[in-house]
Amino acid sequence: MSITLNVNGQDQTVNADPDTPLLYALRNDLELNGPKFGCGLGQCGACTVIVDGKPIFSCLTPIAVLEGKKIRTVEGLGTVEKPGPMQQAFIEEQAAQCGYCIPGMMMRAQALLEKNPAATETQIRTALEPNLCRCGTHMRILRAVKRAGELMQQAGTGGNA
Amino acid sequence: MDDFKKPGGITRRNLLAGGGALVVSFSLTQAFGQSENPPPPPPPTADKPTLPGALNDDPFLDSWIKIDGKGAITVFTGKAELGQGIKTSIPQCAAEELDVPFDAIKLITADTFVTPNEGFTAGSMSMLNSGTAVRNAAAQIRELLIAQAAVKLGVDPATLHAEDGHIVGAKGEKLAYADVVGNIQLHVNAQPVSKLKATKDFKVMGKAQPRVDIPGKVTGGQAFVQDMRPEGMLHGRVVRPPSYHATLIDADIATVEKMPGVVKVVRDGSYLGIIAEQEWQAVKAMRALARSAKWNEKATLPDINHLPETLKSLAVQDGVVADNKTPAVGVVKTVDATFTRPYQMHGSIGPSCAVGHLVDGVTTVWTHTQGVYPDRDAIAQLLGVDKPKVRCIHTEGSGCYGHNGADDAAGDAALLAQQVPGKPVRVQFMREQEHAWDPFGPGMVTHIKIGLNAENKMAAWDYELWSNSHGSRPGSAGALVSSRYLSKPFPEDPQKLVITPLGSGDRNADPLGYDLPHKHVIWHFIKDQPVRQSSMRALGAYCNVFSMESAVGEAAILAGADQVEFRLSHVKDPRGIDVINAAAKNFGWTDWKPAEGRGRGFAYARYKNHACYLAIAVEIEVDKNTGKVRLVRANVGIDSGEIVNPDGIKNQTEGGIIQSMSWTLFEAVQFDRTRITSVDWQTYPIARFGSIPDSIDIEIVPRPGQGFLGTGEGAQGPTAAAIGNAIRDAIGKRLYDLPLTPDKVLAAMAAPAAA
Amino acid sequence: MLRRLLIVLVVVVILAGAAFFSLVYKPAIDAVPPGQAQTFDTALVAHGAELAAIGDCSSCHTTAGGKPFAGGLAVPTPFGTIYSSNITPDRATGIGQWSEAAFQRALREGVDRDGNFLYPAFPFDHFTHVSDDDINALYAYFMTRQAVNAPSPASVLQFPYSIRQAMAGWDLLFLKKGPLQPVADQSDEWNRGRYLAEGLGHCAACHTPRNQLGAEDSSQQFAGGSVIDGWYVYPLDKNSPAPTKWDVASLTSYLKHGFAQGHGAAAGPMAQVTANLAGVNDADVKAIATYVASQMGVDSTTPTPAPTTMAAGEPSPPLNSGDSLNLPMTVPTGADIGQTVFATACSSCHTAGRAQPFGGVDLRQSSAVNADSPQNVVNMVLYGLPASDGKVGPIMPSFAGALDQGQLVALLGYLRSGAGKSAWSDAATVVADTLSGKTAVKSYSADGIERVPGAGNARTTP
Repeated sequence: MSITLNVNGQDQTVNADPDTPLLYALRNDLELNGPKFGCGLGQCGACTVIVDGKPIFSCLTPIAVLEGKKIRTVEGLGTVEKPGPMQQAFIEEQAAQCGYCIPGMMMRAQALLEKNPAATETQIRTALEPNLCRCGTHMRILRAVKRAGELMQQAGTGGNA
Repeated sequence: MDDFKKPGGITRRNLLAGGGALVVSFSLTQAFGQSENPPPPPPPTADKPTLPGALNDDPFLDSWIKIDGKGAITVFTGKAELGQGIKTSIPQCAAEELDVPFDAIKLITADTFVTPNEGFTAGSMSMLNSGTAVRNAAAQIRELLIAQAAVKLGVDPATLHAEDGHIVGAKGEKLAYADVVGNIQLHVNAQPVSKLKATKDFKVMGKAQPRVDIPGKVTGGQAFVQDMRPEGMLHGRVVRPPSYHATLIDADIATVEKMPGVVKVVRDGSYLGIIAEQEWQAVKAMRALARSAKWNEKATLPDINHLPETLKSLAVQDGVVADNKTPAVGVVKTVDATFTRPYQMHGSIGPSCAVGHLVDGVTTVWTHTQGVYPDRDAIAQLLGVDKPKVRCIHTEGSGCYGHNGADDAAGDAALLAQQVPGKPVRVQFMREQEHAWDPFGPGMVTHIKIGLNAENKMAAWDYELWSNSHGSRPGSAGALVSSRYLSKPFPEDPQKLVITPLGSGDRNADPLGYDLPHKHVIWHFIKDQPVRQSSMRALGAYCNVFSMESAVGEAAILAGADQVEFRLSHVKDPRGIDVINAAAKNFGWTDWKPAEGRGRGFAYARYKNHACYLAIAVEIEVDKNTGKVRLVRANVGIDSGEIVNPDGIKNQTEGGIIQSMSWTLFEAVQFDRTRITSVDWQTYPIARFGSIPDSIDIEIVPRPGQGFLGTGEGAQGPTAAAIGNAIRDAIGKRLYDLPLTPDKVLAAMAAPAAA
Repeated sequence: MLRRLLIVLVVVVILAGAAFFSLVYKPAIDAVPPGQAQTFDTALVAHGAELAAIGDCSSCHTTAGGKPFAGGLAVPTPFGTIYSSNITPDRATGIGQWSEAAFQRALREGVDRDGNFLYPAFPFDHFTHVSDDDINALYAYFMTRQAVNAPSPASVLQFPYSIRQAMAGWDLLFLKKGPLQPVADQSDEWNRGRYLAEGLGHCAACHTPRNQLGAEDSSQQFAGGSVIDGWYVYPLDKNSPAPTKWDVASLTSYLKHGFAQGHGAAAGPMAQVTANLAGVNDADVKAIATYVASQMGVDSTTPTPAPTTMAAGEPSPPLNSGDSLNLPMTVPTGADIGQTVFATACSSCHTAGRAQPFGGVDLRQSSAVNADSPQNVVNMVLYGLPASDGKVGPIMPSFAGALDQGQLVALLGYLRSGAGKSAWSDAATVVADTLSGKTAVKSYSADGIERVPGAGNARTTP
């Protein structure tokens, strides 16, 4: 069965069962690396992507509910050559160790900052609570998200490159 | 980034075929065996002098660095990127000594067909071994380039120097490396002494070099083995038994084979696997197969409610870790304490994954193992083929922090790849498979007695620990989980008591950091492994340093001394003194004012008695209603020797502190008498943002001209002890049993005051 | 004659005034002199801690992320917003100047140390039943907490509720002072449970509907049905919606451990209650369960099996892992979207057969699915059960953002039909109001810590 998904601004057709979790469609059919498999249970946030402005666990969301919605992954925030504010901030703050959890962190933070680029540290910590990092990069992630908020406010944009 | 679309990719042969000017024959030395600590090099002899770092194991310069006819530089390391940043710091070393920009270096990491055999990437040894080898090799090649340029130019080599990829003379002569490299034989033995650059002349080393891998990782680049999708790739899953000693009675293979997309259902003894076209199809087939499987199980696990007693009751072999053969004299007061640690989990965020591909009788496995060569050996034995018929290529995975499921996944990918020759198979573990089959950091019990003399100085130190080996890494097939369930199973490797200066279960148990008239340290080595165990970041040093520094904290209280001053009065090594002073000063130790519900704690250790020096001061907050402890802030002084990438040192140390805080406050693997029951983040919770401290501050004490000291694991033990000492300070009671959970805090507070 | 009448009238007015004055005038009680720290027996403090846990004091007297018992929590009522008081022993802003007599008067009569009337959002109509000994222990507990200087905001109430003296009339009507008399034909355990549940536990404060003056309607004891902090309150009487009938054992497990097999895990404000009860001795929790079960019509004399616990070392249930052992659901082509959502999002935890609380409850057995209101299912789907920091406990992911209104309503329909019930008629409205933030929902993790709802709610900031 084919389903059309709007991913990072482009309509793409996926041939998969409607109950296929979005994560597998993104990673395998659309060959996107950003969303990661972490638990398949919605307990770690590695698979976080943004749907219509809100962060979701792509590992538990069937593609059947996503037609007509705008799906965004870390690939949609910018490129190596032209990184978006969130990406720029994570590079500036060197906010990664192994980096596996980072795209999920970035997408959850992006959703927060698009609503409120001036989010306080408490608000950032609270928002990122569903996402796990095992390397202990938290201090840098917090710095990077705050930095991203500054960059977004300077640019006066919602944060896309 | 290698092209993941084309399996096969680079090999040493095709890499060197393209216009290489150097004659290269790659040298292989034997694997290091099953310890993550290679045996110390044999004493130097006239014909085999001791060489810097890992050059000892592979002395040929061209095993480490190659310069092609166009001057392109490739550095080879047998170490793997684990998130510790060696893809950045090792090229920094080469770029510095070869005097080229950082970007001019191409790095190839662990690959059994290409790179030197550096055993395991573990024990905070990457920079000490590989970084040292690459730096010295680069310096020696630079001198060879200068010498060759001198011949070409007909000048005295002393008038030449290297500068930005060229050999430059006093009179303006200038030759690019490409112009001279063709005439140099780099397949030569390294010399024991290199002409290393002085710290003051550094252009690349010592600078906060941005990590090369981060831009890709934050923009969706292919970075991990999980991101590989070679042409025609199939998806593999395994069905693990419900418990260690389960045997398969029956499974409904016929039904599962008919499920959509299923290419193959594999059963071999009690081993079950699935190969399917699409990943979701593989998941569904795995679930159906698992649900249909019937098992015989055995209750073989220890009683978790009496774990310390159980560990102490198992058969042990005693080994002397340290004994200065001097009797205790003048002891007037004694601290006597027993500490325990539960089994704890690596807890990688991404469950282990590997891609296997069988082509023309050679099985290639892309794996995030910490040791491509030992893993290759184990897989070759598992498949019953010669070692050259298996190639293991390190490809990054989620951070592992030791021996996690990576090697097992590699074994499964190799096994399943045999079923579909010519087709790559990606095996991805599910969350509970990673959790339940993790080779945990083993449970430990320690007992310490510190005797104080009349001057309130530590005069006697008696320490004993009960522990497994902390090492069941591959090298042989029995180390791979799947091998045990095949119809012809492989036995697990027998565990052996090995005592080395770097230690394993006994790591840091020798209290070398303190000046002690009497010391006696025994390891009661536990051979049996009722729960699967292996190497987890810092090995025994985590629990040993927690125990020892907690006891030192108690000794200071008994002596009526300040925690920092008490330690300083027993430390002779000036580098230790410097990190202690740095941590105390930055924390504001002397000005700190007690407040209700707050406590401060201090700890110090030199990791492995051999690697980085690290001191840490922490402030914690105790909610005395709930017993919840929160780490408020930490100040660290660290000495990692010559600094290559200061930001890398900070990143690793911050991470170590937060991870150790999580182990210390929260973590214990749960099991009943049959099964591991910590199978997800509900049942094995780790720190979330709500528990993250307000600040972590790290001061690196610079040591220009000194050797590199391993850093990545230095914070694990001291952080635990500092938190324990801070709880002691806040509530007036000490906690002895890890993790330091709210119920234990409440129980300690409710207990009568200590005598 | 007229003069005489006038005199009578004046006398009547004076008498009435005096009566009213005596009713509304409550003298201040002397402050505890400064500088003398009160000391209490450790065992008494520990007993007080259990009583404070039974009283669920922390829930109202602590804000999300705030210092314990420092007050300041906004309690919305139909009459305005009341802010909870600081009950730490801080002298300036807490109850540091309160003597035990003042503390006792507040609990028993709803009057603070200065003589001001307290609003019955503070359930003194229940606490009036608490014994002297228990008040003594509670006082010891609170006086040994960490003092926090934190003034509480002034309450904002409509006239005439803004006049605190008006509460004298409320007290006259609804405050039934004094201890509860034991019921002779009930067991000691039942009477103990009644004392705790009707006294400190104040279960009825949420579980009994209130009248227009904000007092509990005793004719509808435990009838539930209201919405508190965005959560539908379940009836605890014979109309309990749970298909698996509650009994003393399952209620004990639920109250003590936050879950019961066949019922699932506590969520919403009840997660705070169960998190507190985790620290209470088994006998008292079982006594409360015995009393509450009797309200549901369960015969408390029936012997019940030992409660389910999370204790380690017991044999594993048949399945203990979630994801990889779940039998995959087959979703037919053209299936209802609710079924597809259930297959991918819900079934891996809710049909795997893993024991609770880590496996999801069989939703056919769920009180939320079988209740008269869809509100709690909507809340659970949107906000889940957030993780407890560093503590073993159930987690349910938030699906806010993943499902739009129509998809959520479809899922509700699928769940209802699975339970053999007709669809909720107000499903669309409840979903819309919750998504828009009109129904403000507080989200709690299993350890009772308040978490900000998922980003699907309009209230994304704490």
